[in-house]
Amino acid sequence: MMKQQDVILKVENVSKQYRLGVVGTGTISHDLNRFLAKVTGKEDPYLKIGESNDRSTKGTSEYVWALKGINFEVKRGEILGIIGKNGAGKSTLLKILSKVTGPTTGFIKYNGRIASLLEVGTGFHPEMTGKENIFLNGAILGMTKKEISRKLDEIINFSGCERYIDTPVKRYSSGMKVRLAFAVAAFLEPDILVVDEVLAVGDAEFQKKAIGKMRDISSQAGRTVLFVSHDMGAIQNLCTKCILLERGKVVLEDNTNKVISFYLKNKITKNNNYEFFKGNLFLKSFKIFNKNKNIVDLVLFDSPLVFKVVIGSKKEILNDFIFEIKIKSDKENILSTFSTYLNKYKFHSNGGFSRELTCEIDSVSLIPGKYYIDLIIVKYMEDGKLSSLSDVANFNVIESNNFIFSNKIKPMYHGNFIMKYNWK
Amino acid sequence: MEKEKWLFNISPKNNTFNLNLKEVWQYRDLLFLFVKRDVITLYKQTILGPLWYLIQPLFTSVIFTLVFNNVAGIKTGSIPPFLFNLAGITTWNYFKECLVATSDTFKKNEQIFGKVYFPRIIMPMSIIISNLLKFAIQLFILICFYLYYVFFTNSGIRPSEFLFLFPVLIVFMGMLGLGLGMLISSMVTKYRDLTFLVSFGIQLLMYISLVVIPLSLFQKKGVEWLVMYNPMGYIIEMARFLLLNEGNISKFGIAYTVIFSVLCLLFGTVIFNKTEKTFIDTI
Repeated sequence: MMKQQDVILKVENVSKQYRLGVVGTGTISHDLNRFLAKVTGKEDPYLKIGESNDRSTKGTSEYVWALKGINFEVKRGEILGIIGKNGAGKSTLLKILSKVTGPTTGFIKYNGRIASLLEVGTGFHPEMTGKENIFLNGAILGMTKKEISRKLDEIINFSGCERYIDTPVKRYSSGMKVRLAFAVAAFLEPDILVVDEVLAVGDAEFQKKAIGKMRDISSQAGRTVLFVSHDMGAIQNLCTKCILLERGKVVLEDNTNKVISFYLKNKITKNNNYEFFKGNLFLKSFKIFNKNKNIVDLVLFDSPLVFKVVIGSKKEILNDFIFEIKIKSDKENILSTFSTYLNKYKFHSNGGFSRELTCEIDSVSLIPGKYYIDLIIVKYMEDGKLSSLSDVANFNVIESNNFIFSNKIKPMYHGNFIMKYNWK
Repeated sequence: MEKEKWLFNISPKNNTFNLNLKEVWQYRDLLFLFVKRDVITLYKQTILGPLWYLIQPLFTSVIFTLVFNNVAGIKTGSIPPFLFNLAGITTWNYFKECLVATSDTFKKNEQIFGKVYFPRIIMPMSIIISNLLKFAIQLFILICFYLYYVFFTNSGIRPSEFLFLFPVLIVFMGMLGLGLGMLISSMVTKYRDLTFLVSFGIQLLMYISLVVIPLSLFQKKGVEWLVMYNPMGYIIEMARFLLLNEGNISKFGIAYTVIFSVLCLLFGTVIFNKTEKTFIDTI
């Protein structure tokens, strides 16, 4: 199977420089300088300067490098995940890969057709019918008319918009528009597919469908997919290999699990300014650990989990509190509570102004999905005065090997929890 | 180590003279679909629909005839002023629409261009073609009036024996509009000033493009230099010569127009080609 393993895309030393600020009168003088350098055979004077792209600090140079010296290879049939914080250069990289903009330096070499899905439904015209838009959108994405005609029935079928297919798209609901647009994209047959997280819009069902389709594309047809997302669940689910970008550079390139845990460890170190009781008490930190004692926001179903909370106090010594961690499926529905009161844990003071609490969970029985955490402190002695913090953290439960969650059945159909059970 | 063989390559700059016509050919279906889109969506949800194609030049001609010929007293030779104006305006409109629409290519399609790649030149090309259809409809109304004047009045109008060259003229006009339009659209990505220049410049240009005032009048007043270097002036004059057999065509005019249009298209394509790669960063 050597053929399967050959490199289909190679990114060599790709950099991208942007100029900050407003394009104004300075532009002409810079353009002239560039031109002068070019005719006299010198290097572009503005390529030497520029800073790495750190959004939060004020720089001295007008020029920044959104990407600097990116190198990586992708093999045929591989699904490569690209992760990183906002502004790390993910989108810029995708833009260059999909030829929307060119690199400032460097080359990208590839074998086969690249199609990019930075957005679904690009070029949809509201006045045209669904069918007309399928053709237009398909052609924009690089299909020929013949190809589209051949797949038209399948596309309409997949979209589930058969009834509206001869109606102008402006009469569609936004959900229908997305479905139709994705249906067109799903039947693209490029050798390399570049997908941005914008695909993650839409409801959970649509996301599942999109992710399932992408996996099919790669596994059945042996196509290569480059996938950018903030959704670690989706990345973990889909990708075999990942690269982590930080300030325009590749920090880590390895198998998905390693890259994700490295990324998350870096991410959850910031201190929160969460306060209880108007600032008398405050949350110093809230961390989630997996069984390997790694900080995570991604938990395998049916695996152990540890919450570690540090509460600080300004004046009073911490004593006689009820402390609760609540898990919510979305912004409102509380699914479960871990309370010091419920299992009679005595919250005794250790005499200091700071207190660490650890809550160990043997096995996570929440079905795969995203969960949010609320914290509550009740003052026992003062008439049960209560103070709470919403959404201090969130985590994803993902599928494990012990349980099979099919793509066809939404996890929600199984209820909220799967208790431990054995069949005999 | 096996030899590295790559089918495609993304590099910082496009090769200046590599126009990648092969790729454009691969996307020919898209070109056709864009034309279709432009045509079928332009007058959607209007009552008069495509009739607007006809109303526009007719009304303009009527007003121009009243103002320039009846009030200002401009003489149009042996040709009825209305027909003179209609022929000029129909031809001029094609050029104007092409130039104005193509010069907006990058700005107007920023949304699509920012998300997906296809040869950008498809866009201005589709504009030229869809305007050609519009032009054909307007030409039809011109022909109707033309036939009326030939058969129902004794104005003695007849076409030139070179009428068969008319399509060639249209091709050159299209080239000029496309070339200039691409040039401007490339520069608009950085310098928005040009948008304003185009919108009022095109109006001024009309007056020195012999649309309403014949060349003979410019010559009589001794201000021929105003129109001498304007290729559009020659094109309009030639169009009228071919259709109505009236006007004076010089060899210099023909040569100048041909060379100017070809250069314009070449230069426009090269600049456009250079710009398409990174315009999304500056727009």
